[in-house]
Amino acid sequence: MSVLVYTESWDGSFRKSTFEAASYASETAKILGTEVIAISLGEVSSDELDKLGNYGVSKVVSCSAIEKGDGQAATNAIAKITDDANILIFSNTNTAKMIAPRLSAKLKVGIVSNVIGLSESTNPLQVKRKAFSSKAIELATVNTATAILAIAPNSFKLIETGGNCTIEEVATNEKGAITIEGKETASGKISISEAEIVVSAGRGLKGPENWGMIEELAELLGAATACSKPVADIGWRPHAEHVGQTGKVVAADLYFAIGISGAIQHLAGVNSSKVMVAINTDPEAPFFKAADYGIVGDAFEVVPKLIEEIKQLKG
Amino acid sequence: MNIVVCISSVPDTTSKINFTDNNTKFDSCGIQFVINPNDEFGLTKAMVLKEANGGTVKVITVGDATTEPVIRKTLAIGADSAVRINKTASDSYTTALEIATYLKENPADLIIAGKESLDYNGGAVPGMIAEMLDLPFVNACNGLEIAENNAKVSREIDGGKEYLSASLPLVIGGQKGLVEESELRIPNMRGIMQARSKPLQVIEASISEDFTTSISFEKPAEKEACKLVDSNNVAELVNLLHNEAKVI
Repeated sequence: MSVLVYTESWDGSFRKSTFEAASYASETAKILGTEVIAISLGEVSSDELDKLGNYGVSKVVSCSAIEKGDGQAATNAIAKITDDANILIFSNTNTAKMIAPRLSAKLKVGIVSNVIGLSESTNPLQVKRKAFSSKAIELATVNTATAILAIAPNSFKLIETGGNCTIEEVATNEKGAITIEGKETASGKISISEAEIVVSAGRGLKGPENWGMIEELAELLGAATACSKPVADIGWRPHAEHVGQTGKVVAADLYFAIGISGAIQHLAGVNSSKVMVAINTDPEAPFFKAADYGIVGDAFEVVPKLIEEIKQLKG
Repeated sequence: MNIVVCISSVPDTTSKINFTDNNTKFDSCGIQFVINPNDEFGLTKAMVLKEANGGTVKVITVGDATTEPVIRKTLAIGADSAVRINKTASDSYTTALEIATYLKENPADLIIAGKESLDYNGGAVPGMIAEMLDLPFVNACNGLEIAENNAKVSREIDGGKEYLSASLPLVIGGQKGLVEESELRIPNMRGIMQARSKPLQVIEASISEDFTTSISFEKPAEKEACKLVDSNNVAELVNLLHNEAKVI
């Protein structure tokens, strides 16, 4: 009996969502009275792997030779390690979704994705998950003896245990049918789905040339920048910044909606955020019904003042 | 090239979500159902590929008879034929297995599903179909070009795009970017008329054992009323965020 956690890495490094999944696995293992084994795929340094010990992992199984980006090879490799695991934990990321569902089909075990809390009961396993684009929370039960859970990013706190882990390297000759040709990433950008603070702006900004103050505010707060759907559709901002029901989902600690009216499709993608601030000239903007704090005013006057005040606060 | 597009019928994105039967069932009363947006990007891409390379586009769905208006709409947009597996979709695994079982008998060169449906947001069906058919799979796909038997694909990764290649057959979890919103097609009268006579095959479901079961639903807690701060007193907002909400 054990709890297994798949620890996703990006260019050899873990991210917050990886440690969230490890923390979740660690708390689940406590309930079951067992230990956490992590699976790492691809080249990750032993210093980086060691960090998992601090989030409750007791042993890391590393398959450094695996071809990342191919879910088929990854699934086959993980299936060989699962042994007697009762619960397999993933972070609910686009990459994990190339593996976790495959593994569910291969091992014939139930999967629940978008999980937002620890199990309500372990026998049978019951967990809460986000559904209907965060407009509802569903209680789901897994009918198979083993379960796969994919945890929604930013929904579970990091829990540092100060522990250590052992590392075991496992050889693998699993090959996939997909070739990675290359990638394009904006360096230094904070990921929208993992960011603690997101500064988002909409059509109220009147044009792409006015995003300087949004970027300045975001930089000051260590935040990610985002935008509403119309703004991405007109081409003022890249599609990768579009948040909402058909775009990315935000579950930040703090979400700024600047010049965004708050259409139901937009709110569906951001309403898992803990604190929301709306800045809009229209007092009837629907976002004021969803926001915790609001300023009825012109973004071009309010945002520069906000930047000055935050600069003062940060000293 | 034979393309199969997996379709899910979901509540329109503007729908208010409610539940009945002591919060155990989705309340479909007064709800307008639409083609799942992620699937519609895939369907449109399938039409573009068919127009460029020839072949057929077939849509497949797991759903009861109430999903037929949405299926007819996919036919009106231009799909050649449709298959409905007669079962209320209740679990990712059984839904995927029904589709995979059909595709084993009726193979396709390219299988496009949406990366997730906007109702249950499971996002598991496309990857499961790939595993059941032992095919490569690309999730969050936002670019796809086919030349001969090869696919050049891009997918969304955190903070960017990854470019991949694979040979067909291939399973895609599609999203916006496969085509742009402006390329989506609104059925015209001729398409709607033709759709009425296009084949829509209904197959009885063969699998009944769900791996997961939905127990109940709740709605997120209502927010307290928004605290409005005067636009001349931005310092107060910063103070509230720092001292009250403790988020900056």
